[in-house]
Amino acid sequence: MHKVRKPDLAVIGAGPAGLGAALAAYEAGLKDVMIIERDVELGGILPQCIHDGFGSIVFKETLTGPQYAQRFIDRVEKTDIEVKLNTMVLDLKPDRSITAVNAREGILEIRPRSLVLAMGCRERTRHQILIPGYRPAGVICAGAAQRDINIEGLLPGRRVVILGSGDIGLIMARRFTLEGAEVEGVYEIMDHPGGLTRNVVQCLHDFDIPLHLSHTVTFIHGRKRVEAVTVSRVGEDLKPVRGTERVVPCDTLVLSVGLIPENELSKKAGVALDPATAGPVVDERMETSVDGIFACGNVMNVFDLVDYVTHTAEVAGRAAAEYVLVGRKREREAPLRVEPGRNVKFVVPQILRGLDREVSFYFRVRHPERAVRPNLVVGEKALAGRRAKMVRPPEMVRVKAGPEELKSLRERGEVRIEVMPDTGGGGEGGEEEGDGAK
Amino acid sequence: MRKTHSFTCINCPLSCSLELVEEDGEILEVKGNDCEIGRRYAEEEFRDPRRMVTTTVKVRNGILPLLPVVSTKPIPKPLVKEAVRSLAGVVLEAPVEDGQVIVADILNTGADIVASRRLDRLHSAGND
Ligand code: SF4
Repeated sequence: MHKVRKPDLAVIGAGPAGLGAALAAYEAGLKDVMIIERDVELGGILPQCIHDGFGSIVFKETLTGPQYAQRFIDRVEKTDIEVKLNTMVLDLKPDRSITAVNAREGILEIRPRSLVLAMGCRERTRHQILIPGYRPAGVICAGAAQRDINIEGLLPGRRVVILGSGDIGLIMARRFTLEGAEVEGVYEIMDHPGGLTRNVVQCLHDFDIPLHLSHTVTFIHGRKRVEAVTVSRVGEDLKPVRGTERVVPCDTLVLSVGLIPENELSKKAGVALDPATAGPVVDERMETSVDGIFACGNVMNVFDLVDYVTHTAEVAGRAAAEYVLVGRKREREAPLRVEPGRNVKFVVPQILRGLDREVSFYFRVRHPERAVRPNLVVGEKALAGRRAKMVRPPEMVRVKAGPEELKSLRERGEVRIEVMPDTGGGGEGGEEEGDGAK
Repeated sequence: MRKTHSFTCINCPLSCSLELVEEDGEILEVKGNDCEIGRRYAEEEFRDPRRMVTTTVKVRNGILPLLPVVSTKPIPKPLVKEAVRSLAGVVLEAPVEDGQVIVADILNTGADIVASRRLDRLHSAGND
């Protein structure tokens, strides 16, 4: 029988979330920290995100994805954090016991005293958006195309149509163009772009690539290889409008139609998920519903800024260290739920157990709105918030509240995050946050 | 001749639509900006738009076949395609250090192209 390893902390995933959490826990005093990663190297998705624009909040400068990852990799290499690469976690139980496998050691049993879920997210595929047509080669997700071009050195196609205007789709439009392919256009079902304005300008406008809003792909032609796609305009109900079809010849259809938090292992461990985020319900320490299991980064909900991923990772890592070193002082009262209020789609953390530390609430709005005040509201009183000239669904909003502001929560009851019209007056209300990039 | 140029400001989520009016290269006015940042942005985008260059170059005997590279500062926008094309011919030998200069002073812009990560040598490739 093989030996059971019992580290203080096991982190599943070595992207920015996993690296940040492992380092934060190590620096908070945990001696025996282990990172488990299925890929051949550290960094997660960052090594393939070769464009710049990462890190403007964390490092106050803009870096490429590989540079951002390298800063954390360099720090991990200076510690004795144990890194298990090429290692796949097969099973996770509610008591935190992990079954993993790699070619060198075979099956591994790991029973950590605390655990951080940092598996990130995966791409939505063709099957999840149901495009009719044949099933030829040449239909590829934007992130997979990014890996082919930037890591493997393969060009997936020469004449490309992109469905979806999320940031990865926009970035790949530029990348394909620079690599000599022709991008016919980007088609977006909504009436506004899914990605940041910066990417619309620098990836599409700069290269004269058209963005067709309120359009979608309604048929894929070609039996062996994609030969063309039919695109159609959609009405307000997002359904294709008859008579607006146009056939676009192409050899590749790139899908940038959203990301889903990767929570197969979380489910096996019995972690409660929030249907609004598709990620674990977490408290202010990023602890899930299961004792000693924490979550951070895109496994919680899909962030648009890696800087915010790093922040959640640091909170989770420090909390895991605290859990092991001093034990948890879980409040005896029931946890407080943080409700999404007016024009708020979801909020993390979803619950508050302790009120002893600064908490950053991250949320997305439902629709664009000008001149607003995103606020943490208790009863009728706004506790913390700031003014914003504009909020848009692609850009996550953060509101911070310190222990002073949170102190009075218990007596007042209902807590919610809401976006209210800014009626002017009434002090500064905090500054606007710098816009990072993706 | 008087001409109008349109830009979208990228400096905050408001994404103002900017219009810059010029006559023979002299900027007469900027419209549509909600704040000063937008005015300055439109002027820069008209006079001397610049962009960072990011692409990959080939590497022999590395743990991966490609190395991501980045410019040390933005270069004039019209030169970006040419810079990327000229880098397509570069072939390096692993290992490569993070920040290592790959091409100095690319296209006489004053910007260097540097490695944006460390790329180790493949074990089986042996040492030199
Ligand atoms: S002009 Fe000012 S307010 Fe408008 S998008 Fe630019 S930075 Fe924002």
